[in-house]
This record gives sequence, C-alpha cells and structure tokens, in this order.
Amino acid sequence: MIAVAAFYILSAIAIAAAFMVVVARNPVHSVLFLILTFFTASGLFVLLGAEFLAMLLIVVYVGAVAVLFLFVVMMLDIDFAELKAGFFTYLPFGGLIALILFGQFAMVGGAWIEKSVTASAIAAPSPAAAAVSNAEAIGRILYTDYIFLFQAAGIILFIAMVGAIALTLRHRDGIRRQNVSAQVGRTRAAGVEMKDPKPGEGVVF
Amino acid sequence: MIGLSHYLAVAAALFTIGVFGIFVNRKNIIVILMSIELILLAVNINLVAFSSFLGDLVGQVFAMFVLTVAAAEAAVGLAILVVYFRNRGNIAVEDLNLMKG
Repeated sequence: MIAVAAFYILSAIAIAAAFMVVVARNPVHSVLFLILTFFTASGLFVLLGAEFLAMLLIVVYVGAVAVLFLFVVMMLDIDFAELKAGFFTYLPFGGLIALILFGQFAMVGGAWIEKSVTASAIAAPSPAAAAVSNAEAIGRILYTDYIFLFQAAGIILFIAMVGAIALTLRHRDGIRRQNVSAQVGRTRAAGVEMKDPKPGEGVVF
Repeated sequence: MIGLSHYLAVAAALFTIGVFGIFVNRKNIIVILMSIELILLAVNINLVAFSSFLGDLVGQVFAMFVLTVAAAEAAVGLAILVVYFRNRGNIAVEDLNLMKG
C-alpha cells in the first residue's frame, strides 16, 4: 500500500519537475528542477529494487552532471530572457509533436500483450533479494560477463575527460606560470647566500 | 498493484516532455542539453523497469552504461558550449552556422 502511494507521489513529482525543467524562465531553476527529477527517479528505482542504480543516479547525476550544468549556467553571462523569446512561437508545434509522440506510446502500450518470458531468454537472472544484495548481484555479472563493456565505459569517460580539458584549456600571455624545470634545476649557489654578521649589526641584502 | 505498464507510462511521459523541451527551447542550448538528459533518464527508467519485472539483471547493467555515456556527453557538450561562448560572446543556436552545415 505504501509502495503504491510512493509510486504515485514520486512519479507525479517527477513528471511535474520535468515539465518545469523545459518551461522555467530561469535556467538556474531549470537545473534545480532537473535535480528534483533525478531524485524522484532514483526513488522510483528504489521501488523497483534497483538500489545500486538509484544511488548511482544520485551520485553521478545530482553530484556531478547537475552541478556541472549549474556551474556553466551561472558562469556564462547570457541574457536568458532573450533566449526564451521564441517560446510561444514554437509552443503549438512542439505541443503537437509531443501529443503525437505520446499518442504513439499509448497505442504501443495498448497493443502490447504481456507475455511471460521464457527462462532461456533471460541472460542474467537476478538472484533472490534476500540472498544477495542488488549491488553484489550487479557486481558479479559486471566484472565477469560484462568486463569488456565495463572497460569500454571507462575508456569513454577517460576520453570525455581529456576532450573537455583539451577544449577548455587555454594559455594566456602575460600570466606568471609555474616553471617546474627552473624550480628543480636551481643550484644551491643561486638560491643561498652565506652571511656572517657581527653582533649588533644588521644584515644588508 | 503497480505493474510494469505504470513505470512505462511514467517513462513515456518523461520522454515526451524531453522532446517537447527540445522543440520549445530552440534558442537555448543549455535547456536542450537538459532535455536530452531527461530523455536518457526516461530510457533508463524503461530499462530498469523491464529488468525488475522480468528478473533479468542485464537491464540494470545496460542502464549503467547509458548513465556513463550521458555523463560523458554532458561534459563534452558543456565544454564545447563554454569554448563557443568564449569565442562568440553568446550561445544563440541560430548563430551556430560557422561550419555551414
């Protein structure tokens, strides 16, 4: 009973927040509604028994992607009101496309017959929740059957990181930068000078 | 009782809102990127719902890969956006015609 109520509350919040993402005037509000959507979606994942993916959604999306969006929105000095200008001219066309798309989804859902899947069609049967936790069950197949895909995912993230840094890095002139070779190559004679002051006299450099 | 079709309906609604967002925010590329994130989230909900109701863990593994690609896409997309803003001073989508594509 609580699960049913939680499903309806979470999905209503998710859909409303997603709608606010696309219609909000201020992009900062859009990002915050996007975070709310991800939170409620992770709640739906918990209801589905996918706890690991729910936590991953919060860590990766809310912790990294949404904050990245927030940084970019706040750092760029853009007149967002001007960007919002064409909103109502595109509204009828966009609404029509959305209606057609949702109608098609509904038709597919109405024509779809739920059949029981044969056991041979299931690639990796999920073990009983009481025996093995969700994270452990995913780890068991992720590091064995899907190890190459896992490595490929790592390579994709690495390339994306290198690409993002290479795109945004710039060397500006007239800025004092750290010169590591000059620091390391400094000799003792260049850096240290011995003085022998007499008592009562200062040291003049 | 909440069945598979309930989750599919939520995912379909999120997907539709994402497509709608791309159409109505044609000038604002940041909101377009956020709409793409919404679409990918809808796909993930579908994958996890099928995985849960069919008792097959592969759906959750695949959803993880979708998450990875979405994160990489957002990072590179926002980096391109920052570089473009640095060069041109605005991010209006209509002006993105330097490559005459």
